[in-house]
Amino acid sequence: MSRLSDHAAPSRRAVLQGASVAGGGLLLGFSLPRAAKAQTASASGVFAPDAFIRIGRDDRVTLIMSQVEMGQGIHTAIPMILAEELDVPLSQVTTEEAPPNDKLYGNPIFYIQMTGGSTSVRALFMPMRKTAAAARAMLVTAAAQTWGVDAAACRTEAGAVIHDASGSRLGYGALVDAASVVPRPESPVLKDPKTFKLIGTPAKRLDTPDKVNGKAVFGIDALPDGVRFATLASCPVFGGTLGACDEKAALAVPGVRQVVKLDTLVAVVADHMWAAKLGLAALDIQWNDGPHAALSSVDLWGAIGKASEADGVTAQKIGDVDAALKGDGVITASYELPLLAHATMEPMNCTVHVTPDSCEIWVGIQVMTKAQRIAAAITGLPPEKITIHNHLIGGGFGRRLEEDGVGVAVRIAQHVDGPVKVVWTREEDIQHDMYRPVYRNVMGGRVENGKLVAWTHRVVGPAIIARYLPPAFKNGIDVDAVDGAIDLPYDIPHLRVDYVRHEMAGVPTAFWRGVGPNSTIFAAESFIDKLARQAGSDPLTFRRGLLAKNPRGLATLDLAAQKAGWGGALADRTGRGIAFQFVMGSFVATIAEVAVADDGVVTVKHITSAVDCGTIINPDTVVAQIQGGLIFGLTAASHGEITIERGRVQQSNFHDYRMLRINEVPTIAVHLVPSNEAPGGIGEPGTVAAMPAVANAIYAATGVQIQRMPIDPTLLAKKRSA
Amino acid sequence: MQTLHINGDTHQLDVPADMPLLWVLRDVLKMTGTKFGCGIAQCGACTVQLDGKPARSCMLPVGSLGDQAVTTIEAIGATPEGARIQKAWLKAEVVQCGYCQSGQIMSATALLKAVPKPADADIDAAMAGNICRCGTYIRIREAIKQAAQS
Amino acid sequence: MRTIKILMGLACLVAVVGIGFIAWTVLGRDPIHFAKGPRVTLAAYTGPSVTGAPPDLAHADLVMRGEYLTRAADCQACHTTDGGVPFAGGRAFKLPFGTLFSPNITPDQATGIGAWSDAEFLRAVHKGVGRGGKPLYPAFPYAAYTLLTDDDVLAIKAYLFSVKPIHAVAPENTLVFPFNQRLLMTVWSAMFDADTRFEPVADRAPEWNRGAYLVEAAGHCGECHSPRNLFQAIDNRKKFAGAVADGWRAYNISSDKPTGIGSWSEAQLASYLTNGHAAGRGSPAGPMREAVDMSLAHLTPGDVKAVVAYLRTVPPIADPALPATLAGPAPASAAKGPDGNPHGKALFAGACASCHDWTGSGALTANATLTGARAVNDPSAVNVVQMILTGNHDLVGKTQAYMPAFGPAYTDLEVADLANYVTARFGTAGRPIGPADVARFRQLR
Ligand code: FES
Ligand code: FES
Repeated sequence: MSRLSDHAAPSRRAVLQGASVAGGGLLLGFSLPRAAKAQTASASGVFAPDAFIRIGRDDRVTLIMSQVEMGQGIHTAIPMILAEELDVPLSQVTTEEAPPNDKLYGNPIFYIQMTGGSTSVRALFMPMRKTAAAARAMLVTAAAQTWGVDAAACRTEAGAVIHDASGSRLGYGALVDAASVVPRPESPVLKDPKTFKLIGTPAKRLDTPDKVNGKAVFGIDALPDGVRFATLASCPVFGGTLGACDEKAALAVPGVRQVVKLDTLVAVVADHMWAAKLGLAALDIQWNDGPHAALSSVDLWGAIGKASEADGVTAQKIGDVDAALKGDGVITASYELPLLAHATMEPMNCTVHVTPDSCEIWVGIQVMTKAQRIAAAITGLPPEKITIHNHLIGGGFGRRLEEDGVGVAVRIAQHVDGPVKVVWTREEDIQHDMYRPVYRNVMGGRVENGKLVAWTHRVVGPAIIARYLPPAFKNGIDVDAVDGAIDLPYDIPHLRVDYVRHEMAGVPTAFWRGVGPNSTIFAAESFIDKLARQAGSDPLTFRRGLLAKNPRGLATLDLAAQKAGWGGALADRTGRGIAFQFVMGSFVATIAEVAVADDGVVTVKHITSAVDCGTIINPDTVVAQIQGGLIFGLTAASHGEITIERGRVQQSNFHDYRMLRINEVPTIAVHLVPSNEAPGGIGEPGTVAAMPAVANAIYAATGVQIQRMPIDPTLLAKKRSA
Repeated sequence: MQTLHINGDTHQLDVPADMPLLWVLRDVLKMTGTKFGCGIAQCGACTVQLDGKPARSCMLPVGSLGDQAVTTIEAIGATPEGARIQKAWLKAEVVQCGYCQSGQIMSATALLKAVPKPADADIDAAMAGNICRCGTYIRIREAIKQAAQS
Repeated sequence: MRTIKILMGLACLVAVVGIGFIAWTVLGRDPIHFAKGPRVTLAAYTGPSVTGAPPDLAHADLVMRGEYLTRAADCQACHTTDGGVPFAGGRAFKLPFGTLFSPNITPDQATGIGAWSDAEFLRAVHKGVGRGGKPLYPAFPYAAYTLLTDDDVLAIKAYLFSVKPIHAVAPENTLVFPFNQRLLMTVWSAMFDADTRFEPVADRAPEWNRGAYLVEAAGHCGECHSPRNLFQAIDNRKKFAGAVADGWRAYNISSDKPTGIGSWSEAQLASYLTNGHAAGRGSPAGPMREAVDMSLAHLTPGDVKAVVAYLRTVPPIADPALPATLAGPAPASAAKGPDGNPHGKALFAGACASCHDWTGSGALTANATLTGARAVNDPSAVNVVQMILTGNHDLVGKTQAYMPAFGPAYTDLEVADLANYVTARFGTAGRPIGPADVARFRQLR
């Protein structure tokens, strides 16, 4: 029986050996048993060879989508893979949201039903092909049996089986009943990639037409009959609780129906959001701030600085770094990243209807089964009594890998008679996020005769994995925090990567687009430029020297350099900077060009990225994701920082937690490297690339290296004497 | 009682005069194409048009609308500029998550109406109030130019 | 002998000059001196009462009347921290020579005024002398409050004693020498606190006198709007000619037509004071916003009329720093208007145009109108910068007009560029301000 996990991408060993690099990134394991059991019953008139594919007598192919759409184009890419291997036109495929079921729909990389970590295509490419190839083989067998011919003499095309010799042709719909009784082949023959007609061609996305006319339904648009609207205020200090709150003032607001008071929050339920907001504003709420009432950002930086003095756990070791560090030419530096909020455009929301024996949830979430489990735990209902309608997501970026919002909404809904839509205001969304943690990277290295001989990288930060996916937290190492650091694409003879786990009490942390590599690659690529300078080498030449054994990486870097015109003349206080990375299974070489004004204001003028993400499913989506990812990273580099004062998040909305706007973005050119290697992820690498590329360009333009994000222009102002 | 003219229909609604149009559209009229993003006129997700001019509905009290005609994303395709923008949007494959796109399209349509052949500076001025967290700006620029050409 | 004579002559001269100087400064302390006219005591004034709560509250109890007067005197603004419990004190006043903190005036026995007698309260409000004879700093406007009648002061006390007692101790003042010497205040009071109750002008209408009482005794408008003399006392010779207070420019509210409020209509004045907006004149912000929200908006229409009637009689004084004409609406097209400041324009496009519109006429609510507002027509751009830094929030109008504070996330350079663009597009561009100016404004807060 086919298991998706049997076919997921190879391990990072291959990466570390520098050969045939195909996997990489956050790959946690692929051996968890999962059933994709054939349900070959024809009574329903549907051919359903497994949990993913259903073909009806009307020729419609339905793909049960385990992955959610949040802008990354997965509701087009996976159908493309299926359509290719099944040999049907893309237009014949309809998608249907998978119900929560880890066994059937678990992401082979994460064990659970989850969309994240730029893993969807990586995890599902081969399994989906294999499952479609099996279905195709069964349809061919069914047709051959019907015609009494040899199956080997039949072929498929555009949703039909064809026997050329006799000129016979049967559409898949006509074969539904016959195919349902054909045994499923153990190892179906896959198409030769050379014959791909769909994969690798720019397909129009299937989810976009409804997104330009207002018809697309996001979680926040759910309107079950009789729904009421609620908004909430949570204790402004994490870990604090609700004190006194007289509900009278809110109930006096026309349209307010109810005030729900829970241990840590107050919600006002009303006929519409406006009344709910006014009701909440009218309340005089007393909070018990709890143990973190005095926390400040200064404390956070101080604590992580102290923590970084410890040795930590060794996560990667090559050669004898201690010996190699002896001698002249040793340099050190540290690189730090601040707290960040996700600030998805669709604010947090969840609609819930709780009855004594059921719980129905309307939401857009990256983790269906986790949502189901938290609702079950809160209501005490068995999981099968929890119905979840998953929706389009107005931006995930890791925020909706967390089910905390579902939990809050269910707890509120338990007190409400009928369905209630809980919508976080933007202020509440930003101040009660789960944040990208503060990270600190301490780097050391030694250059000898212009060559990099030793490299140490100490990653300091919380272990999100330990909370999120405990089985993956092994030997005290957070594989996400050190991702990118332990599998550098460079050939460095002596290397050690350590991890110091440092949790931040009082600030909940979570994954954020680009995850661990945002910190490790910013540090590593910035430090490479520092070492290059030490070696008296050009940043491109220096990197090329480290990539001699990595032809894919080298080709990607060279493509970017050539397209960006590396080495070409630049004006005063203008510079180009490189970021090169192998994360999430993709090589990305990025070159940013910046101009730094005398007053320190940085203008990112142009970004060139070359991308080798292995087999490309939808090239247009790859380009779009790299563009968007870069801009996401530029926002962080330019403006991104959440600060804490008196235990409270200081930022509240887009005026003080700024997003890059259209008049702040550079031009961006993305160049794709054709490849038949296993596909890599593309949702996050752009974000990872932006920060080091820009920082290195600033370094080139001014000689000042940015060592803490976001960029502080006052460090870059031209000295008066200069 | 407020009288609103929306997409060619007239509605008599018993809502407070200070209630922002956004919530009237979404929660009372169940027209959810117009999105909530910030509530303080900083993101543009809630953009509608008043007599063809873009307006952030999240801070627009319905009592101040008077006779102005409100157009929302649900009906913008019926205007010549709206149809051109929507077409260009799909051609350039602008959209990612799509959440900001109602607002982007309403702003872009208003721009095209006011400035039929917008230059980059016009696009910057008209579109800078619309945030896209997915970072579709590069393609928004392209699509507006395409629509202007068509 | 001759030398002695000369010396004596000189001494006399110094004494005369000194006395004259003191007299001159002290004489400047009568706020309604400009009205000339014969003054009478309240008892001798014929016609309806010009003090106390308005006739609308004639039958209200003492606490309610006290509440009205507390609002008219705007006690809450100074005695409350941002987001803090009303009257619990602790608000910081940053002065060039240190920081003062307002005390707790809730009836808490230990930390508030719960143990104060009527006489003690009257002495504090009229003479600036606190409990136990401690001289008070004139940040507490007792030189104005001294005009309040005993009845009115005690009504205020009755109201304050009706609010919930809060245990709260204000932080210690951080004044430098010699300003930390409270005794100096005794000298100051002797010179600048007349310690007399309000005396109406006999030949003026009751409405005018009522307005004078509200503006001068309770409202203490001059504290912000009048220039100060060498001793930081109000200089009523330049009455209402405008000054800087709390880092904001309190504009000229004399009847000067070009630079004061002489050309405002009565309706505009009334609307500005009570609705927080006047068509064609902009909206109050900063300390004036507080005065509107906490005080002026709560006045009865009759009292507002009285305030307006009085204000209009204040003699005109021109402010040479302000342009004589206000700029008209800006062009509707973003492409038109000032160029040469692309950075400022880009910021305006992103964060401001959605509300203010490229014309400045307010895209969503009239409160966001920039056209005609004094702040954008002030070449110093002080209030524009302050608005950008701190934002604004209409608490009285139900217009939900709201401007976020951009200060925390925008750099000094960005704020400067933006302010320069705003004054250039919507007003009379003056000397462009720079990041150092913005940094200074931030310090003032
Ligand atoms: S929701 Fe109206 S501008 Fe953001
Ligand atoms: S497309 Fe996602 S926010 Fe714009």
